[in-house]
Amino acid sequence: MSGTTDKPRLSRVHMLDLLRQMIRIRLFEDKCAELYTQEKIRGFLHLYDGEEAVAAGVISLLEKQDRVVATYREHGHALVRGVVMKSVMAEMYGKREGCSGGRGGSMHLFDNTTNFYGGNAIVGGGLPMAVGLALADRMRGEKHVTACFFGEGAVAEGEFHESLNLAALWGLPVLFVCENNLYAMGTALAISQSETDIHAKAACYKITSEAVDGMDIVAVEGAARRALHAIRETGKPYFLECRTYRFRAHSMFDAQLYRDKTEVEVWRKKGPIERLRTWLEANHMIHPEELERINAEIAAEIAEAVAFAEAGSWEPVEDLTRFVYAEAAS
Amino acid sequence: MLQATRQSGITETTYREAVREAIRDALKRDDRVFLMGEDVGRYGGCYAVSKGLLAEFGSERIRDTPLSESGFTGAGIGAAMGGMRPIVEVMTVNFSLLALDQILNSAATIRHMSGNQFGVPLVIRMATGAGRQLAAQHSHSLEGWYAHIPGIRVLAPATVEDARGMLWTALQDPDPVLIFENVMLYNMTGTLVADAGPVDIAKAAVRRTGSDISLITYGGSLWKTLEAATQLAAENINAEVIDLRSLRPLDDATIMASVNKTRRAVIVDEGWRSGSLAAEIGMRIVEQAFWEMDAPVGRVCGEEVPIPYPSHLERAAIPNAAKIVAAAKAALGRD
Repeated sequence: MSGTTDKPRLSRVHMLDLLRQMIRIRLFEDKCAELYTQEKIRGFLHLYDGEEAVAAGVISLLEKQDRVVATYREHGHALVRGVVMKSVMAEMYGKREGCSGGRGGSMHLFDNTTNFYGGNAIVGGGLPMAVGLALADRMRGEKHVTACFFGEGAVAEGEFHESLNLAALWGLPVLFVCENNLYAMGTALAISQSETDIHAKAACYKITSEAVDGMDIVAVEGAARRALHAIRETGKPYFLECRTYRFRAHSMFDAQLYRDKTEVEVWRKKGPIERLRTWLEANHMIHPEELERINAEIAAEIAEAVAFAEAGSWEPVEDLTRFVYAEAAS
Repeated sequence: MLQATRQSGITETTYREAVREAIRDALKRDDRVFLMGEDVGRYGGCYAVSKGLLAEFGSERIRDTPLSESGFTGAGIGAAMGGMRPIVEVMTVNFSLLALDQILNSAATIRHMSGNQFGVPLVIRMATGAGRQLAAQHSHSLEGWYAHIPGIRVLAPATVEDARGMLWTALQDPDPVLIFENVMLYNMTGTLVADAGPVDIAKAAVRRTGSDISLITYGGSLWKTLEAATQLAAENINAEVIDLRSLRPLDDATIMASVNKTRRAVIVDEGWRSGSLAAEIGMRIVEQAFWEMDAPVGRVCGEEVPIPYPSHLERAAIPNAAKIVAAAKAALGRD
């Protein structure tokens, strides 16, 4: 299974790029949290803080024509996929210039130019869609892969099991990526699942699966590389369980009564950005000024995105009932 | 295409065969079309609609699915977004509740949530209605629920011609279309012209012209309503019968044109009375034609009870010609 393409790429440039991708997500979302307290962003805001290695490690390996199906915690996936940051920020504001025209908000980022199929806010709801996208590719003779992200909470939904079965039964090129952050909102995995080893569940559908340390982007990328190689070789689905942790609250309304602060602190020390940065430093692969430059470039991009969103326009109320049905070409 | 000249050569066919011919025609016309659902292939369809299609088109395009309504309906959504034109058959409306999340939260919302970037050109067919003594879990008429949802189109073919013609037109729609086939109609026979093909899906049809009262209905209730109209004619009451055909959007213009003429209306709907499609139509008449009406709008709906097993109780729970006649006479003050 391990061809030459499966070997981890440890080149300095590549590692710095991975670090940059993760910091970019983190700083973008830090700004979103700040804008939320200023009531610039409203509704639900689910942050990915701590889980960045998963989106960055998997999505950066996808081809342009591959497809991505994500959840309501999808800012990181959109950014890594190449949805333009300022259009993501404008969407957070609900402005017309947003990547979903402002109609979706934080939970419903869509972008047809990068085959980014949302932002699904019904837990488990994206899995059948991913199966269907892969079915379309199979029936059309296209060789694309559909990468489908979901949390471990989705594993309790019937759609998870229906979708794994369909993908395996019909031999469809879906990369299932479970972001196991241990809590479905406030319900711990151990009190919601009889079998907490999630990747083992894929085996009963005869889907090749592996569990990986989701805080280690090198491990995530290596596993994703193996998975994508296998899917492209066989056309069959593959299941990755990325074991990770959410440092922040489930959403901005969550008082986090269900977990200990010390638990969060222990995990923070294992954080994916911290981990890669200290490894790079220990191996003299990054200079402090390089890190400063990365941070500064991202800060500038975020500032530009905020300015773009601020300057964006509100859709006129007269347009309220548009986009319910296709509009006849004029 | 819709105005194709109809050649002579009239054939008698059943509603079931008309639906099958529509599916076969769609599969032949467009490589992107495929049929997917429980028992559509080897079994031939729960109501034998797809019998023979597996042999003709193969298992890729006549795709048997596991009993995973949410999974395969969602897969239909994804396949539609991925460039295919799937026909998803949900065996009956009763089981569609297991796919309701996908229909409502995905199919109906994606165009809107994505700011018009993605559409879901999917057709979902399902059987609906009571009348076969299948009791409370297999006899629902929930098309009115679905007609509540913006983002989808809801059709109810009542005639052999519509069973034959609505599917292809629905497949041309860039948005999801749900087609409800009343279980009591599959064995019904009717005539089709030899080159029968796609029909318009936007307009209601006047199935019987009349001047004294408008009877507004759809689907399986159409034939009970026409029977009632015949009985009313024997008493010198000339009823107009409207077949809605499309439950969402509703063709207000045809409804109002009729009630403006007759000044009286009874709505016949197999769904439960409270919060029903009949309630919606009645309210639209109040909003748009209140001052034209000579009598309160009447309704004949499903009784507020889960459908019982015994035949006499089942018949009493849903509309029938006697109830429609009584409601029409009440509206005319002719008790």
